[in-house]
This record gives sequence, structure tokens and C-alpha cells, in this order.
Amino acid sequence: MTRLVLDGYDPQGFYCEMLRSPAATGLRERLSRVPVAEFQRRALAAEQALYDYGITFTVYSETSAIDRILPFDPIPRLISAKNWRRIEAGVVQRVTALNLLLDDLYHAQKIVKDGILPADLVVGNANYRPSMRGVAVAHKAYVNICGTDIVRGADGEFRVLEDNARTPSGVSYVIENRHLMLRAFPDLVDGIPLRPIDDYGWRLVAAMREIAPAGCEDPQIVLLSPGIYNSAYFEHVFLAREMGVPLVEGRDLVVDNDRVYLRTIGGLHRVDVIYRRINDDFLDPKAFRPDSALGVPGLMRAYLAGNVALANAVGTGVADDKAVYAYMPKIIRYFLGEDPLLPNVETHICREREALAYTLDHLAELVVKPVGEAGGYGITIGPRASRAELEACREQLITDPANYISQPCIDLSVAPTLVDGEVGPRHVDFRPFAITGAKTWVLPGGLTRVALRQGSLVVNSSQGGGSKDTWVLEHDPSG
Amino acid sequence: MERAENLARIIEVNETSARDRTGNQNWLSIVQLNGDEARFFEKHASATVETVIGFYVADAENPTSIVSAVSNARENARTLRPLVSTEMWVQLNVFYNRVKAIGPAELMPGSLARLLAEIKEACQTFTGMTEGTFYRDQAWYFYRIGRYIERADQTTRLLDAKYHLLTRDSDHAAPAVEIGQWHAVLRSASGYHAFRRVHSSDLTPARVASFLLFNPGFPRSVYLCVREVETALSELKSRYRLHGGNDISEALDQLRSILTARSIDEILESGLHEFIDFLQRYLIVITDRLSATFFGYAQAEKGEPPGGVGSPLEPAPEMPS
Repeated sequence: MTRLVLDGYDPQGFYCEMLRSPAATGLRERLSRVPVAEFQRRALAAEQALYDYGITFTVYSETSAIDRILPFDPIPRLISAKNWRRIEAGVVQRVTALNLLLDDLYHAQKIVKDGILPADLVVGNANYRPSMRGVAVAHKAYVNICGTDIVRGADGEFRVLEDNARTPSGVSYVIENRHLMLRAFPDLVDGIPLRPIDDYGWRLVAAMREIAPAGCEDPQIVLLSPGIYNSAYFEHVFLAREMGVPLVEGRDLVVDNDRVYLRTIGGLHRVDVIYRRINDDFLDPKAFRPDSALGVPGLMRAYLAGNVALANAVGTGVADDKAVYAYMPKIIRYFLGEDPLLPNVETHICREREALAYTLDHLAELVVKPVGEAGGYGITIGPRASRAELEACREQLITDPANYISQPCIDLSVAPTLVDGEVGPRHVDFRPFAITGAKTWVLPGGLTRVALRQGSLVVNSSQGGGSKDTWVLEHDPSG
Repeated sequence: MERAENLARIIEVNETSARDRTGNQNWLSIVQLNGDEARFFEKHASATVETVIGFYVADAENPTSIVSAVSNARENARTLRPLVSTEMWVQLNVFYNRVKAIGPAELMPGSLARLLAEIKEACQTFTGMTEGTFYRDQAWYFYRIGRYIERADQTTRLLDAKYHLLTRDSDHAAPAVEIGQWHAVLRSASGYHAFRRVHSSDLTPARVASFLLFNPGFPRSVYLCVREVETALSELKSRYRLHGGNDISEALDQLRSILTARSIDEILESGLHEFIDFLQRYLIVITDRLSATFFGYAQAEKGEPPGGVGSPLEPAPEMPS
């Protein structure tokens, strides 16, 4: 008998994105008619296309360069119109609060004076940039591009796990995954009211124009990349092409008299807006790390003089700190007088005595994360950790409690995923992208990352994660 | 990509018919032609069909191999990805993955010809796609300049590969074995039928050399390539009002007049290899001047922006007497 895609699929008690969504009925019916073997064949073709199109990140060593792909799972993850409205409003609220927070931290610091946020947490934060004090930022939009990591637990509630307010990546995969899907599975998409996502580049350019220095009629925008050795280089290329702007590296730019210029074969060309995919630390060796070869000497002076706009603004790292994250519900209430539309995951800030004590007492049930790391590094997942790992974690917590937070271990929701010819439940998360110029716009879609290893909760691409196309519906099926 | 294509051509000419009168193939000449003796003999004891083909087709550690040329082309395209069309990029990617996967069986006699044909075809596909999809701005002119300089250089190497056969008696019709070899040279340059249109009777070594060097209509002749470089450079300068590069135009003009003034007999008299060596050095000087003038490589150390006047560089080489 021919086995069909959803035959025998069992989410093993986890919240399933596919089975629990009434809006996914149509998709489920279609999948239930497709033989697994046929599905697998087309999935392989789609994966081959990733190599052919060079949608890869390259891992370099001394002697070789290995191309890796972000594995693509062909079973889409669907978000109903109703749920999307909630996510979209929640993300807009969150980004608005982040920008108000940053504006306050670099100006009046009322939130600190009013005792909502501890001073040393922000002003003493390594990612707080004192040089940004009193600097005006267009539209008070510090975080022009934001990636909000959202998870769903056993109750199906969407919760924010993390804000990525520095240089979030992944949006290229959102758009490329859709292209792959439309090429490989046109029959699956046919007749489903999907919200399109291909205007991301246009929206991004529009926002970059909005933040250009005053009096700039037709701003020259560039995308600043660390170069081909960066693992996100594919995305930098992708975005530069989607935006229709030059992709540059630090050495292509030069600052003269506090103005930024692009070196071209015809001479120097003025630059007004830089979408930079380089962290603050490396932006300008004169202002930050002197050993940075990626940056542009003098860029910070030009920026502070208001002669060039940077996206994101300098100094946003203080807002996406994992310890500051814990205060986000309070921050939202403080600035907006509203309850958060998307709740946080319950978070214990180990710099606080009680939270540390609780964390140490419940280590085996909690997830412990260092506050300054990204990419899933340095995390201890209590229920999965060995005795030795737990002890190591305990020692680190006692030595440097301020560097850690802890959270309950969330049973991430699952989605049916094709692995080695079998369809099984795998844990997923979700990262929508918001663009902010004069206003905030959220791409109706996002990156669904999936932990391909059975039972694994780590979805990061550096640790065996893949991705899915995410379908946001224009309207939900009636009835 | 031009380099990969031409390497395939050179190996093909040796593979298919470059046997000497004792029936042996001279594989060492390919190593000599690329100036790779030192690196080659570090890895291999002798230049046999297996070692030379392995070294030049599939050895990723050899920077002058086909797989290295394609890797470099792909790496460069990655750096310039925003300027390269998606069709070009995809074709290059697929080709890159193809050459990386070349297995030993494909290098065996009987399969090699098919592999080389495939490589040539992929390179020509790339050229065609570039023609059909590449946005016409400054980058396009630089692409053309680079392609034709490389092609001119490779034609000289192809000819050099067989120069030793020309050291004697070049005025007269060659013996049958040698004729076969000259056919092979022409075919590997895709010039056999074009040559026949020009010379329907005698095939002499001198005529072949003259055709590959001077013919104004053959797309791989050194003369035509130099003329294409000149055209692209002057269009680039006028269209984009670029300053500088006048010394390059002069050097090209001079090179072209050398190519029209000298007869093949004079050149053979004083030594074809010496003349080819001169052409190759001349092309290197032109390339260096282009880099310095438009990309500021020579000035980069002083931290000055490019686009200025040409800096003092090595003068163009003197013609051998």
C-alpha cells in the first residue's frame, strides 16, 4: 500500500502546528493525498536547487571551503489570519517599546530614574554606547530591522523568547524558501490564500530612505557586509540585490571631513544611508575595537555629525540583552501603558538574589542562558543535561550570576517534518521580521526554524537546525 | 572560465592527436607550457598521461588546474554576486559542483574526451549567458577586457605548446604526422574550419601560427583579442568619462601595430617562442596597469583613492630582435 505524507503521523503529545490549527484543514487534506515517496523525490530536487542556486553558507578552514545549506523542510508551517493579527500587533508593540526604551536610555533615562530598570543593567552594560548619549536618531527608530523569536509551548500560547535588535539574520531564507516551495510544490500552494512576502526589499529601501539625513533628496544607500567569509554573506548578497543597492565592505568606504564616500572607478561617491551587517564593535576602528579590519575609520564621527544614517542605530545591543528582556513586560507597560500582547517566557534574572537561589534549586528543570551570547551557544538545558554538565553550570552561576538568566524548559510546539523519508514531529520556533522607518511594518511570514534531530529543542542553524516555509493566510476558511 | 576552457583545449590537443613520430605523447610539454615544472615534480616523479591529466584537471591543490580555475571563478563571482545575473551564478554553481565531483574513471582514456568536451561546453555556455544576461555598465566592459586578455594569453600558450615542432623547415608542407598535429591545434582552438576558409590548400605550420596570431576575423587570434580589449577600454573611458588609462591605450595601440607589422617569417626567423614570451609579458604589463589605474592596487598602500593618474609602472617589454 502506498504510504501518504500524514499516514501514522503522531505528534507524541506536543502541541502540533499542523493538527491543532483549524485553518490548516485544506493543507492537511492535500498532504494526506500525496505519497511520501513522491514528496521525498520533490524535496530532494528542492534541496538540490539550494546547491545550484548557491543558497549556501561557506565554512572555511585553512585548506578548504565547504558549502553548507540550511536544510529545507518541504512541509510548510501555517499561521492562520487570526493568529497572525495577534503576532503582528504584538511585534509592532514590542518594537515600538524597544525604540522608546533606547531613546530614553540615550537621553533622559527616565525609566532608570523611576526605578523600573536597574541603572547598572543598562548603563553598565557592555552593549550600552555612551557616545550615543544625546544623539538624535531619525523618527527615534533605533531598531530599523528587528527579528523577534517566538515560541509556542504546550498551551499553544505564542510567547516571545528573544528580541534580536542588532543585526538579525534569516530573512533571505524566508523568501528563498517560498521560491523553492512554489517551484517544487505548486499544486500544494494552489488555491490557498497565501500572503505574499516578496516586497521585503522594497519595504526595506523605503525605510532606509525615511531615515536618511535631512535634506537628502535621493539618498545613496549601501549594504555594508563583513565580506565573503561571513556565514551570512549569502544573505547580504540577497538583500543588496533585493534592495538594488551596492554591497560594500569596509575598505570600499572612506570618510573624509566627516562624510562617507564609496570608492568607485569613477572616483568617490557620497553615501547617505548604510544598512550595516557588522556589529557595533567592528564598525569603526577609531571609535571601537582598534583591531577591526572590517570597519571604516572615522565612520562614527560622520554618524554622530548626522552626515550618514546607520541601520540599525549604534547601541541597540543594550535592548536585546537577555537580562533586559526579562523586564520587557514592565518596559511595555511603562512606555505604552498597555499590557504586552505577546507575553514573555517566564525569566529568572540570576543577578537578583532570589532568582539565583530559585535557579540553583531547580537547575535540573530550567534552561540556563548566558545573557550576552547568540546562536544557541553556552545554553544548559536542565532536563537534558548530564550530572557533570549541571555541576559545571552551577559553578558558573555562583561565580558570575549576573551573566545568566534561567527560564522554564518549554515543550516547543512541533510540526510534521520529513527526515530521511519519514514524517515525524520536530520542534519549531518562529522569527518574524519587522522593518521600522517612520512606521513599523511586519513581513507577513517569517523564519520557521526546525530542530531536525528527533527530540532536540535547539533550532539554531549552527547546531543542526533546518527551516520551513511559513504560510500566513490572507483570510481563514469560513465555518 | 576562459582559463578552464583553454586548459581543456590544451589537454584535448595533446590527448587526441599530439603524438610524435614514435607514437608517444609528450605530456611534459603541458607542464613546461604552464611553467609548473617545480610544483609538478614535487608531487610526481614523471610526466605521464595519468599524472599530467590528474594534475591539470582534478587536482584542487594545483592552482593551475581546471578545478582550481572554476573554483576561483566561482569565488570571484560570489564576491561580485550582486553584479552577476542569477542565470550566470546558477550555471557557475552547477558547473563548480560538477568539476568538484570529477572522479578518476572520467580521467581515463576513452572518457576524458567526453569530460573535456563537457567542460568546454559549460564554459561556452557561461560566456553565452553572460552575453545574454549581464547588465551593461562598467562591469561589463571590464569583464570583456579581462576575457579577451585571458583569451589572447591562452592562444599564445596553445601555440607555444607546439612551438618545438616549428623549429625547423617551417616553409614547407609538413609530413603527414605533423599535419595531424596542426589539425589538432586548430581544432582545439575551434579554428579548423575558419582556417580552411582562409587557406583552402596548403596547411603549413607557419600559416597556422600566423592564423592564430594575426588573423583579424578569428575570435581567438591574439590580434582580434587585442583589438577587442582596445574597443572595450575606449568605450569604457568615453561612456563613463573615466580619466586615466591613456598609457594603457597607447600600449595596446603599440601592441596591435607590432602584430600587424611583423611577418610570420620574420618571427619564425628570430624564434616563435621568444615572440610568444614577449606577447605574454606585454599582456601582463597591460593587466597590471589596468589594476593600478582603475582599482588602485598600486596606490592602495599609500591610502589614496583610486581613479587618479597612472603610476609609474614597469615599462612595456622590448621586442626581441
